[in-house]
Order: sequence, then structure tokens, then C-alpha cells
Amino acid sequence: MILGIDVGGTHTDSVLVENYRVKKKIKVKTDNDNIMSSLLAATRETVSGEKVSNIKRIVLSTTISTNAIVQGKTDRVGMVLQNGPGLSPRFLIHDRDAFLVSGYINNRGISIQPVNEREIKEIGEYFQKENIHQIGVAGKFSPRNPLQEIKIAEILEDNERNFSLGHRLSGQLNFPRRAATTYLNAAVHNIHHRFIREAQKFLHESNIDVPVYILKADGGTILIEQSIFYPALTIHSGPAASIMGVLATADMKEDAVALDIGGTTTDISVFADGVPLLEAAGVTIGRLKTLVRGLCTKSIGIGGDSAVRIKNGEISVGPDREGPAAALNGPVPTPTDAMIVLGLAALGSKQKALDAINSLAVQLNMDTVSMAETIMLKAAAIIADNVNLIIAEINNKPVYTIHDLLEGRVIKPLTVYVMGGPASAMAPGISNLLGYPYKIPDHSEVANALGAALSRTTAEITVLADTEKKELIISEEGIVKKIPHNFTARQAIEAGREALQARAVKMGTSLNDLEMEVTEAQEFNMIRDFYTTGKNIRAKIQIKPGLISSSPAKER
Amino acid sequence: MKRKEKKTGLIFFPAFDWAISKTHPEREERLLYTQDQVFEEGLLDLDNIVEFKPGLATYEDINRCHICVPDPQSLTTHSHLISAGGAITAAQKVLQGEVDNAFALVRPPGHHAMLVAHGARGFCNINIEAVMVEYIRKNFGIKKIAIVDTDCHHGDGTQDIYWHDPDILCISLHQDGRTLYPGTGFIDDFGGPNALGATINIPLPPKTSDEGFLYVLDHVILPVLDEFQPEIIINSAGQDNHYSDPITNMCFSAQGYALLNEKLAPHIAVLEGGYSIERALPYVNVGIILAMAGLDYSYVKEPDYDPDKIRQSAETTRVIEKEARKILDMWENRTKMKEQVVGSAKFLQRKKNIYYDTDGIYEKQVETVQVCNDCGGLVMIESAADTGKKIFAVILPHRCCPECRKNGELLFERLDSGQYSNIYFQDREKDIFIAR
Repeated sequence: MILGIDVGGTHTDSVLVENYRVKKKIKVKTDNDNIMSSLLAATRETVSGEKVSNIKRIVLSTTISTNAIVQGKTDRVGMVLQNGPGLSPRFLIHDRDAFLVSGYINNRGISIQPVNEREIKEIGEYFQKENIHQIGVAGKFSPRNPLQEIKIAEILEDNERNFSLGHRLSGQLNFPRRAATTYLNAAVHNIHHRFIREAQKFLHESNIDVPVYILKADGGTILIEQSIFYPALTIHSGPAASIMGVLATADMKEDAVALDIGGTTTDISVFADGVPLLEAAGVTIGRLKTLVRGLCTKSIGIGGDSAVRIKNGEISVGPDREGPAAALNGPVPTPTDAMIVLGLAALGSKQKALDAINSLAVQLNMDTVSMAETIMLKAAAIIADNVNLIIAEINNKPVYTIHDLLEGRVIKPLTVYVMGGPASAMAPGISNLLGYPYKIPDHSEVANALGAALSRTTAEITVLADTEKKELIISEEGIVKKIPHNFTARQAIEAGREALQARAVKMGTSLNDLEMEVTEAQEFNMIRDFYTTGKNIRAKIQIKPGLISSSPAKER
Repeated sequence: MKRKEKKTGLIFFPAFDWAISKTHPEREERLLYTQDQVFEEGLLDLDNIVEFKPGLATYEDINRCHICVPDPQSLTTHSHLISAGGAITAAQKVLQGEVDNAFALVRPPGHHAMLVAHGARGFCNINIEAVMVEYIRKNFGIKKIAIVDTDCHHGDGTQDIYWHDPDILCISLHQDGRTLYPGTGFIDDFGGPNALGATINIPLPPKTSDEGFLYVLDHVILPVLDEFQPEIIINSAGQDNHYSDPITNMCFSAQGYALLNEKLAPHIAVLEGGYSIERALPYVNVGIILAMAGLDYSYVKEPDYDPDKIRQSAETTRVIEKEARKILDMWENRTKMKEQVVGSAKFLQRKKNIYYDTDGIYEKQVETVQVCNDCGGLVMIESAADTGKKIFAVILPHRCCPECRKNGELLFERLDSGQYSNIYFQDREKDIFIAR
């Protein structure tokens, strides 16, 4: 059995899965001031009466770090930033404990200016005086050569201090995002650590001794004891749980769109051949743009409780919510009221719903039913338009080779999967406008917990081999290795696969799920003064988001 | 300096799968480190910088400014259509008001491609700025455009295409033709008889540094632009004036390039040459992007930047100042000059020997223009290349006067095509192109 728990903003869902079937599902209200208690309550209720020893795996998805960030309850972080030449540092995160220091690496990964030891030591004294224990170090181009970040950490090394190094969190290029990601990783470290200790204590007391995973924003899982090093990667896992939930409940192999229609918002996600798409750069947390790998999702302001109004003789739906549906004593008419009028939903007072919709109908000289139908159509149109916009955006994403420009992969959804309270009432209208069929997955009310329960471990690494420098660098694993001048792209990818396997195993992957995919592989001849001086080889290899396999490992 | 932020479009197309040949400067690796720098600086996350995917130029777009022999299909590959298409996308985004300005960071370049094109010269097959300019004129009703070519090599292709066009001001500043390919672009090259002053060349001595470039910007280019009053300014933005460029001898820096673009304030910049791919391009490009977007570029410096080491000599300064005065003097006297140049002639002829270094083709060309006071004048070209192709082309200018039109149409109608492999009729005003 697998236990999956998703602590969401309003509800905490919990499922017990046996042989890939939902055996039990529980929903409790989330206490945002005490997330641990909600998690424990859901767990207790789910496992009660079950044979605890049958549980083989537990996966958690929580908003604990996200909440801490939103509520400003994170730790002070001492940031050491190497801006080098380029954009003005005013675009970096601003914090009284952030220091710009000398030393930098160039675009080839060559150290141009060394770290100034005395400068770093002085900053260390400030951290000491201010009692700052969480230290973040981020340098421009550090994924191209992590040695300066490592050196700075070594100079500042102290038993009391915990370090977050930029190159370990992502191999992607984007220094302002790297600085922000490093900052967040350090800022939520303690909160995350405390949560893990409490969870472990509870499990220990309940005599549950199985691997415990936590869900990351990219829809992959990581062992909680490993997640201590990468807490930033677990921020914003809520949307990922929901998207993985679609995969867990629908047998999807095609290009598709998934909609999670809630009370206030609708989340749109996109799948290519049944694999959820990732954000190109990384997720945005609060105001901070990060390098945290995350599933691509777009939230639009429309849901069952969206306020319906008449503006200049036109019906508008959303983007705000003023309260619950009129049927539930809310202040304004909503799509939910329209559904009640049309007999597509039954809750609250039907009379109140009728009155609310009628109050709009008289303004436009319509009968109540036509008004309800018009509202439903309008809501469906807003959602469908946004879906088409997102698909167009994805298909218009800039590319950098002639091949990709002329023959690049184009996403053409064949199905729209609809989840959430108003799913069955709204799906037909949306599907009609989109021009492809809809499906409403089972268990969609606990899809998030189910998604978490069945997600596999994901990981990614970035390989750079520069045969002129005779150096191989794998940023995320901190690998800097000498290579011979005749090192090939094939060897670089092989080295990448080994590193990825090691990383994924550490993170808790099952060998059955080690399905690696080379997402980028480029090889450039380096020519200086008309002579070939080496090769610049770049590759990204990942274990893509997906479900744990029920079958033995496929040949890779 | 207080700057105003602008919304800047970026059309970035490094064509990582295309090269002229394996070790050619125009190869896959060229914009690799530029891409790294642009990504690492997080420029695309800034609210006022937006990236767009390039469109593809069509053969009709090319036929508006070139006589491709035998046709554009034979002279171009997808890479050229994307590169010119990227320039067109930049123009569209600016002229549709989506952005304030745009930079087409595309390759391959185009400014050595001349009106008649038998093949590739100076790494260029088609002139991407000219394709864009004609697209702008056709689709956006814009009449006066200035192209400022800041590539280190004389923009001879662009000059050739607009030699007789009084509405397109072509200013090229470049390393003195006596010391660098293509060996042209002296100050006496000042435009055809009906468009004197619409071509301005500013050759600079080798080792000219920031001071010299900015001097001619302030003392020649900006005053001329001020008087010409173009509706749009285009920077044909080559980056090979950089002190580290391997195939030129100048001493311009990333700071200089950024300041030049800030002062010039082009609506559209289009990448041309620049082959110091690791030491210069990443910094020069970031500098130009920031300057166009009205952002602080003072931190953009090459790792080995030392202004004192590359500063031009006093003698260079003197030469440049003297030349600037002379060019400005010519500009001020451009209307009087016509009498002197034309005399009583009804037609003027230029004989050109053109070598296509990239493709190894040799062309002999005779270009005849009708002297006209009302328009750019009817242009007739006879061109023979050692590929065995011999062609004749009749070209009617924009705002063509009735007499030039009548003569041109009549000539093309009566032209005996027997001795030519192809004959062409390009009516820039009515956007008609006929090949026979």
C-alpha cells in the first residue's frame, strides 16, 4: 500500500492506494497555522483500521514552505553574490544581509578574477555578529564552474552554518534567478527541517518504517532526508500534485490539456504525449523568479464562485470572487447558481439561485434559463480562449535551430481532462468550444493526494564538456573532472547518465523508474584563428515526471 | 545619465545548426557565448525585454530589393530566409507598436549582398536590412528611412541597393577600405546623381577607439540624421569594430557600442558581422540590448577591458576630426553638387567589377541611370558573371516620375532577351517583379 497526502490551502487530502487502486480516501480541513496537525489528522484517519505494516511508501505534498514565505516567517539569510560584469546588480534580490563580492567566472567557465579571501572573511564576521546561520552563495556562471562558490563556502565554513550553493540547485543559466533560488533554499531550510523531524517522529511513534518522500514542484518525489539539501525544490508543489493527479487518474498517452476548475480559479496544464510540460525557466514564487524546475501551469480567474455581472450590457464572469454562490447566501450570482438553475448541480437553495440569475436576466430582457445558459457559455468561452492562448504560446516559443524552427514539435491536444467541483457541468461546453472531447477522471476530488502517492522520483543534470579546457562539469552534482582532448559527445552523455543515476538513487528512485531522457545535446566545434581548438559539448539529461512503474524496468 | 526605460523586442536566432563551412567564421558557434550571456544575465526576465520567434521571409520579399540570378530560390537556404525573416519580425513588432524598438540578433548577415546577386560575397547571400526596408515601405507606408551601418566592413551591398534612392539614407562607418575588405566606402562615394548625400561613407583609420566612433557619431551622423529627418533609424549592427575581433583592426569596446546605440537610438538593430565570438560578442550584445532598453549598462565590460591600452593615438584623432569636417561640408553642399556631377548628361553610367569572395564568382556590371530631378531615376543594369549567366534588369524607383516610368516600361517591353539568360523588371513603386 502507498499513502499519499496533499496539504492544500483549504483541504488536506489523503489516499491509501493498493495495487494502483484507491482503497480509501479522506478529506479534512487544513489548519494553515498548524499544517503538521492537519497532516497528522489526515494520516491517522486514513490508516486507522488498516494494517500499518502493509504500507510500503509514503509521499507528502505540503504548502509548509510556501506558507512560510507568504507569511514572511522565513529565516534571515546571509547572501554572498558574485555579479561579475554584465547587468547592474540592482536587478538581484535585495536584502540587508546580501553582499556583492569580487571574483567571477566567464561564459566559458574560466575563472577570470579569483575569490578575495579577506573580503569573504570580513563578511563572515558580520554573519557571526548578526547570528546569521543560513548562508547562500551564488555566482554568475557558477554552473559553468562551481569552484568559486565552493571556495567561498569553504572560507565561511563553520559548524553553526548551513550553506546553499547556487550551482547545486540548477544547472540552468540565469544568474538573478540563481540568486533568488539560493536565497529561498536557505530561507526555508529550518522550517523544512523542523517539518521533516516532526513527520519522522510521528511515523516512528506509529511504527511506520518505510521510505517517505516529499513532492517537488516538478511533479517528482525526493526522499525527505535528501530534501533537506534542496528545500527550495519542494516549494510550490501544490500545482504539481494536481497535474500528477490527472496522470494518476487518467490513462493518458496523447497531447492533452487538463483543467482544474475550483471556486475562484481554474488551473490549466498541458501534456505532450502524456508527459506534463515543465516551465521553461523555473517557477515564480511570490515575487521571486526562480530556477526551481516546476510543472507548467497557468491559473486564470474563473471558477464556480466567480462573480457574474452585467457591464455595458454584456455579461462578465470573474476574474474575482465575492463570496460563495447566491444559493449558499453569497452576495452575487455565480456560475454555480447558473448550474443549479439548469439542473446541473444541486446544492444550497434553488430558489436563491433562481432569484440571483433572474435579477440579471431582467436587465437584459432574457428569461432565467437563457441567462443561465449564457453565463455557462461565457465561462466556458473564457476558459477555452485561455487554453488556446496557452497552446499558441507554447507552440510559438522561440527556438534556436533551423531544424526546430521548421520542424519543431507542435502540441495539438486531443483531449481535455476536466477536474474540480464544476467539472461535469462545465466540461461539455468547454470541449465543444475547443473542438476535442473531454474526460472527467475518477477520484478527482482526491487527485492531488493520489498524484503525490504515485509520482516517481525526478532529477536532472547539466553536462558541459569543453575539450579545449579539457574539463567536464556537471553542475548539480558539483563534478569538475579532467577529460582528454578527444573526449566525445557520446562520452559526455555517458558521464551524464552515470551522474544522473547516482543523483536519482540518492533522491530515492526505484531502479524500475530510471527512465532517462536526453533533452538537449549540442556539440560545437571551437575554432580560434581558423583552427579547431576543441569541442564545446552540452547536454541535459533528465528523468521526466511520470508515475512509478508497476512493471519491471524497461530497457533503457 | 537619467534614462527612460523602453520596451525592447529581441529576435534571437543563433542558427545553431548552420555554417558556411566547418571552420568558417560564420559558423554554428558564433552566437553560442552570446546566448549564454543573454540567458545568464536573465535579460529575458526583465519586464521591458520581450523575445519573439523569427518569421520566414518570402521570395517576394527578396525580389523587392534584389535581382537574384537566376532567382532567389537558387541563392538562398532556409537560414537566409529566417535571418531576413527575423529582421522583418523586428520591424513588424516595432511598427505595430508592440515594442518601442527591436534587435534582430540573427545570422547569417547580409550587408555585402548587392542589388544584383549572383552568389554569396562577404558571407552574405541576401541583404537582410534591404529586404526588411522594402517590407516596411510596402506594408507600413513609411517613406524616409536611415540605415546606419556600424559594421567594421563597408556596407557596400546596402549602399549599392540604395545608391539611387534619395529616401533611404545609408551611412556606413567602417575601417578604411585601403586596409580591409571590401576595399570600398571612401568619402567620395556619396550616392548616385539623383540621390547625392543619401549615401555617406565614414572610413576610419585602423586602431580607432571609442573616442573616434563617438566623435563621428556626434559630429557627422547625428547632425545629418537631424536634417534628413528619417521616420525610422536602422542600425546595421556589426560588432567587428571590437578590439578583439580576429579579422579587423579597430579598438571599439562594449561600452562604446552601448553608448553609440543609446545616442543613435535606432528603432531597429540588425546584427551584421562580428567574429570575436567569445571575448567580444557576449558583452557587446548585452550592452546593445541594455542600451536599447534604456537600462544601466555601466557594468557591461569585457574581462580584459582596459580603455587606456586601446585608446587611439592623437594622430588618429586628428585624421578623424579633419575627415568629419570634410564629410559634413559635402553634406551641406549636396544640392549644389549635382550640377558638377551631372553636367549636361541625360544618363550616367557606372562600370563595376564585383568579386564574390565567398562563392568565388566574378561579375562585370554596367549600371546606367537616367538623370532625373523628380525621382531616383530609371536604372538599367547589364551584368555578366563567369558562371556564364548574363542578365539585364530594369528598375523603377519608389515615387517614380512619369517619364522614368514610361521609359522603363517601354524598354522592358522592347528588350531583346535573346542575348541574356534572364531579363528582369523590378518596379519598386508598384511592387511588380517580372523575370523572363
